[in-house]
Amino acid sequence: MNVFNVNYFFELGWIVLQILIVVVPLLIGVAYLTLAERRVIGFMQLRKGPNVVGPFGLLQPFADALKLLSKETILPAGADKVTFVIAPMLTFVLALVAWAVIPFGDTLVIADINVGILYLFAISSLGVYGVIMAGWASNSKYAFLGALRSAAQMVSYEVSMGLVIINVLLCVGSLNLSDIIEAQKSMWFALPLFPMFVIFFISTLAETNRAPFDLPEGESELVAGYFVEYSSMSFALFFLGEYANMILMSAMTTILFLGGWLPPLDIYPLNIVPGPIWFISKICLVLFVFLWMRATTPRYRYDQLMRLGWKVFLPFSLVWVVLTAGFLICFDMLPVNGGLS
Amino acid sequence: MIETIFFYLFASVTCLAGLMVISSRNPVHSVLFLILSFFNAAGLFILLGAEFLAMLLVVVYVGAVAVLFLFVVMMLDINFAELRDGFQRYMPLGLGVGGLLLTEILFVFFNRENMPERLDLTTGVSNTRALGRVLYTDYIYLFQIAGLILLVAMIGAITLTLRKRENVRKQSIKKQNERKREDTIEVVSVPTGVGIRKP
Repeated sequence: MNVFNVNYFFELGWIVLQILIVVVPLLIGVAYLTLAERRVIGFMQLRKGPNVVGPFGLLQPFADALKLLSKETILPAGADKVTFVIAPMLTFVLALVAWAVIPFGDTLVIADINVGILYLFAISSLGVYGVIMAGWASNSKYAFLGALRSAAQMVSYEVSMGLVIINVLLCVGSLNLSDIIEAQKSMWFALPLFPMFVIFFISTLAETNRAPFDLPEGESELVAGYFVEYSSMSFALFFLGEYANMILMSAMTTILFLGGWLPPLDIYPLNIVPGPIWFISKICLVLFVFLWMRATTPRYRYDQLMRLGWKVFLPFSLVWVVLTAGFLICFDMLPVNGGLS
Repeated sequence: MIETIFFYLFASVTCLAGLMVISSRNPVHSVLFLILSFFNAAGLFILLGAEFLAMLLVVVYVGAVAVLFLFVVMMLDINFAELRDGFQRYMPLGLGVGGLLLTEILFVFFNRENMPERLDLTTGVSNTRALGRVLYTDYIYLFQIAGLILLVAMIGAITLTLRKRENVRKQSIKKQNERKREDTIEVVSVPTGVGIRKP
């Protein structure tokens, strides 16, 4: 029972260190994603974007953070205090804990669990609670309507996302994220499962409440959606959570379809570049498409959004599951690792 | 040691949250506590080595079913005083159901030697595979029947709530996509002082 010895603390310290190694760059990434978004959209609209604070505006995110920190935190009188305070924390924590299973390289992962993809799916499905709790606890019409929209949207698109994931899993035969990446050694799943790749990407847009599916915060009708009543740091937590979720969803797309930390081709100059660099550059590519979408597409109408999710994506991905399964069985290509005795 | 600490943590939070579900005054809080309790139950599953079940519990119950609960409870206009009046009335029913469940659990507990063999989750086979092997072979009929029951329940819910509404504008996507520029827009040059005359 000699648990509280030096080794134990050493191990605990190592885990904490690993977590910090992932979380700190992630938060810096989130800060610069906000800057990148404003700059990219600026250039797409023939503006310059924020370029004054620091060289190329590189210190802008920190200026924004300082501004948010120095503001007053407001607790609305009619709000359900405890829920109101917990909601942003929940959103932020959920956006961070998912990173525990993301493999950055061959063995570079904090927790290499067997059911990695299910864990990611579970955590992303919990994200909706932050939104609902915030909307309900604010005790305000706009916030409540925004939360209802957002929750309905996230639940709807999760269904088709689940089916797309099943497609990938059929080709892999394992729920482990590293196995999913290893299975793409010969070919990225984006090629054989191209329609699923597109559906998954669009679903992630809806899941993160990004344009063209940013109805929950439709400025013209709902002011800002579920976080109208939040200010200062509690608002910042929602903001950080949303952007961390964007990065997470890009990471998921990369893992499922773009070969994670694998180089595009296993040839000399490409395969000496370390895995994490490939992984991060692929994430950046997907994130750029996120921003690009925002700059170029108009917002969906609510009924169109629901129709797209339930009447187009859901049946289509379901049919594709049957097709993939049929194809794999027909050509005897079902992956059977571990030996089915 | 660590596992014991986590077991007591998860178990006590599950029980406390369960208690709060029935004792908190605000129904929305009840649902939130229910979610907390589900979540900790998933933690208990993980300690048992049933990681697949734990994740499914979170995805299905917490991620989908409880969201619908929360939706319904938030949308209902609940009279709190009325809610408390019902307490006396529903007490016997609640106690009855609770007693039944308790008997079942005690039955399992005292007959644990005679129970069917527990799946061995500690060996090399991952527990997703182990579950799949029994679920789709030995229990395939039960599995299919469960699916059918859910389907019937779904159809029932849809027939109960579906109604044809009049005076609702609906967009036909097909019609919309088939519309051409020529069908709707006509370019005319308007002579000054004359205006457009309908032919």
